[in-house]
Amino acid sequence: MAGTIAIKNGYVFDPLNEINGETMDVFIKDGKVVRELSAAELKDAKVIDASGMTVMPGGVDSHSHIAGAKVNAGRSMRPEDHYKSNLQKTSLTHSGSGYTVPSVYKQGYDYAAMGYTTVFEAAIPPLEARHTHEEMRATPLLDMGGYLVLGNNFFLMRYLRNGDIEKAAAYVAWMMKTHKTYGIKCVNPAGVENWGWGKNISSLDEANIHFEITPRETIKGLSELNERLGMPAPINLHANNLGHPGCYAITKDSLKIPDGVKTSQNMDVNWAETKINPLRDRSVYLAHLMFNSFAGTTWADCESGVKDIADYINNKDHVVIDSGCTPFGEATVMTGDGPAIHDLYTLTGNKWSNTDVEMECGSGVLPFTYSMSNPVHSLQWAMGLECLLLINDPWKTIMTTDSPNGGPFTKYPEVMTWIMSEAFRKQTFSECHKWANDRSDLGGINRELSLYDLAILTRANPAKTIGVSHRKGSLGLGADGDVTVYNINPQQLDTNNYEALLQAFRKAEYTVKGGEIVAVKGDIVSVPEKRTYYSEVHVEDEREKEMLADVKEWFRYYTLGFANYPTPEKYLKNPTPIQINVVR
Amino acid sequence: MTEGVLINKNESDSKLEAVIKPASSAGKSVEEMGEVLLIPKKAIDIKLEADVITPDAFAGKSAEEIGNLAIWQGPKTYPLSEFFEVIGNAGSSAAETLIRIKGDVMRVKRIGEGMSAGKIEIEGSAGMHVGTGMKGGEIVVYGDADSWAGMEMTGGLLNIKGNAGDHVGCAYRGKWHGMKGGRIVIEGSARHQLGGGMDGGEILVEGNVESFCGIRQNGGLIFVKGNALRGVGAEMAGGIIVIGGKIERFSPGFEFVSMENSVTSGEVELIGEFKKFTGDYAISKRAKGALYVVADANPEL
Repeated sequence: MAGTIAIKNGYVFDPLNEINGETMDVFIKDGKVVRELSAAELKDAKVIDASGMTVMPGGVDSHSHIAGAKVNAGRSMRPEDHYKSNLQKTSLTHSGSGYTVPSVYKQGYDYAAMGYTTVFEAAIPPLEARHTHEEMRATPLLDMGGYLVLGNNFFLMRYLRNGDIEKAAAYVAWMMKTHKTYGIKCVNPAGVENWGWGKNISSLDEANIHFEITPRETIKGLSELNERLGMPAPINLHANNLGHPGCYAITKDSLKIPDGVKTSQNMDVNWAETKINPLRDRSVYLAHLMFNSFAGTTWADCESGVKDIADYINNKDHVVIDSGCTPFGEATVMTGDGPAIHDLYTLTGNKWSNTDVEMECGSGVLPFTYSMSNPVHSLQWAMGLECLLLINDPWKTIMTTDSPNGGPFTKYPEVMTWIMSEAFRKQTFSECHKWANDRSDLGGINRELSLYDLAILTRANPAKTIGVSHRKGSLGLGADGDVTVYNINPQQLDTNNYEALLQAFRKAEYTVKGGEIVAVKGDIVSVPEKRTYYSEVHVEDEREKEMLADVKEWFRYYTLGFANYPTPEKYLKNPTPIQINVVR
Repeated sequence: MTEGVLINKNESDSKLEAVIKPASSAGKSVEEMGEVLLIPKKAIDIKLEADVITPDAFAGKSAEEIGNLAIWQGPKTYPLSEFFEVIGNAGSSAAETLIRIKGDVMRVKRIGEGMSAGKIEIEGSAGMHVGTGMKGGEIVVYGDADSWAGMEMTGGLLNIKGNAGDHVGCAYRGKWHGMKGGRIVIEGSARHQLGGGMDGGEILVEGNVESFCGIRQNGGLIFVKGNALRGVGAEMAGGIIVIGGKIERFSPGFEFVSMENSVTSGEVELIGEFKKFTGDYAISKRAKGALYVVADANPEL
């Protein structure tokens, strides 16, 4: 029977339902989690014997760059990334190639092999939304969505500067619908616009050229707008001065701005049963904290500033972060923060690509290798893990590598193992540059995250944070039947034996999506349909009309016609709108 | 192919003396080795991808087993015996295996790819990527070699008796690092971008080279006995290039340092009157590349 399955006798970790390693069965019918299956249904269902194994909801990645113009630019500027890492076609799966920026098919299979079922693209430039959706549509197996880059958008900068919140809200609502995107991304607020003139912004109260708006006003405006509309996700913030020694200070000050902005997630959806409140309670999601946490003044005296930010976050409840870990090896850095990538280009001399997306944003791409012998890279490795270990409440952290910026998502098993095993961290300390130990607090941390914590960091919390917990990240009644079975026996878990952990995380024993087994020990065995989520935000027609008059007036500066701007639904695979701000 | 080589080796008027100690070869005398003959059976239309033709893949196999090894032609795989008659058994290890290809294999790519030991003799011309990523052992090509010979090789000896195409010892497209070790000897001439991105090892060319010899070189030695066209050492940051003939158009980013009587690099010693330049300062100000040019052939420099 399609989408019907019984996963029996596993040790279940489902933090949204406060299930911590209980031995129990998980039943899925027609793609959704159900309490039980009738005898007749059981007869037709596939049965997985998960005894002695770990069962978790399917992995949710809330921040990854796997679709769109900059990812594709990364692919085309890196032929060398493709010739040594490739995948042969099978009767079921497509061929593919690429290590840090794999082709779309390979990305889908690689994520599924590790037990992930849901991945959100972290930065969609509005003008590139069609392209992004085309790639997402072609990415197999994964349920997807994406955040629209709005931090340096001409219209929003004008509206926010003029204090025209009504029109700004109508604009955000219209843009989400127009580009079929899910949440708000804010990259180097006010600074990316200056990059159009070869400049950047270095303090929160520095106004940018022409628009005369400051990062502080942008962050404040966007976070208030976000809650006013009842968006599913908090604003996804990539703070100013990223990657500069000393940037931790501006990061911390940026996090203070949305403190006190009351969250209001106003989604009209069917909620799966959960024991703890699945509504998001954070007003700001700081992306890739590691890259925003350098202390010191130059690369010669730079050190970790994670502790300071972690202390702040430990005392506040409005912030959630993802780590942006750097697990060493090859990466391709890509971001809407054009000036940051230019700095890396001047530092490394590596090949570099950048673009200005008309009136909306910009971006940069550059290949990068994190090497163990490099002092700064070693420090970055330690800082990434500090982000996850120094913040006490796992519900405030999400594990990522900001793929492929810190490293490709296929390195997640390493990161998972480092945070679970002090022995593995010690092993890496012994191999990498001593800066990692000397200039960070990681060496003094003996915390080892449990499987329950890990399920929070990689499933429950990303789902709750970005507002997909109504169907993802839990195994509660009515949740999507997405399950990962790892070959780890929690009763015999030995974190000193980190090789076993690495192996288990690299290839999940089973990946189940919507009740279908999609991967067994890393091999793809079926390719069921996927979904694309987006926010359909409702505002008054009158407001929308007023705002559209402005947009049409300024659209003459765009290189395309107004009618060609929107992304039609046909660009999406199984478009799944989430109704936001519905008046009842 | 290489018939388009611009400058004929016979035109080289270099008077340089090269003192080169013999390269460490497979270590076994030919008599002790298991010898496998590959005789081409027919004309090949779509080029073959034959990275299985290595002593490593043949080691311990009989003629029949070797004939069953799979090679790619376009989207399909075929047994090696579809295209070659296989005679003789391989030695028990790669080091004890000699593969002799009796005929022209211009349409067979990737011969000897990644080999670690043993010997391949090609009694004709070799297709693209011969000796790519080679780690050890020896390949002798009695004819010409098509482009990308010795791409990213790390050890061993690749000896091309005829001419070679473009990208000898180069980095793959988009990659930073080319040849890292070993030695390539070309008794004829080579074309463009010889030793691109080279990090180590030696490339010795008896004849001439065309454009961008040693582009983005970081280490190792390139010795060209004959002439070079232009762009020699463009963007090089380290390593040594020696040109024994005339450089048609000299790269602008180099600075004259001194006159030298000899150049020594590893096992190679070259005697002659050289003008020594360093660079390429066109982009980096800290480049450490050394470019030696024979004085009497380049009076204007």
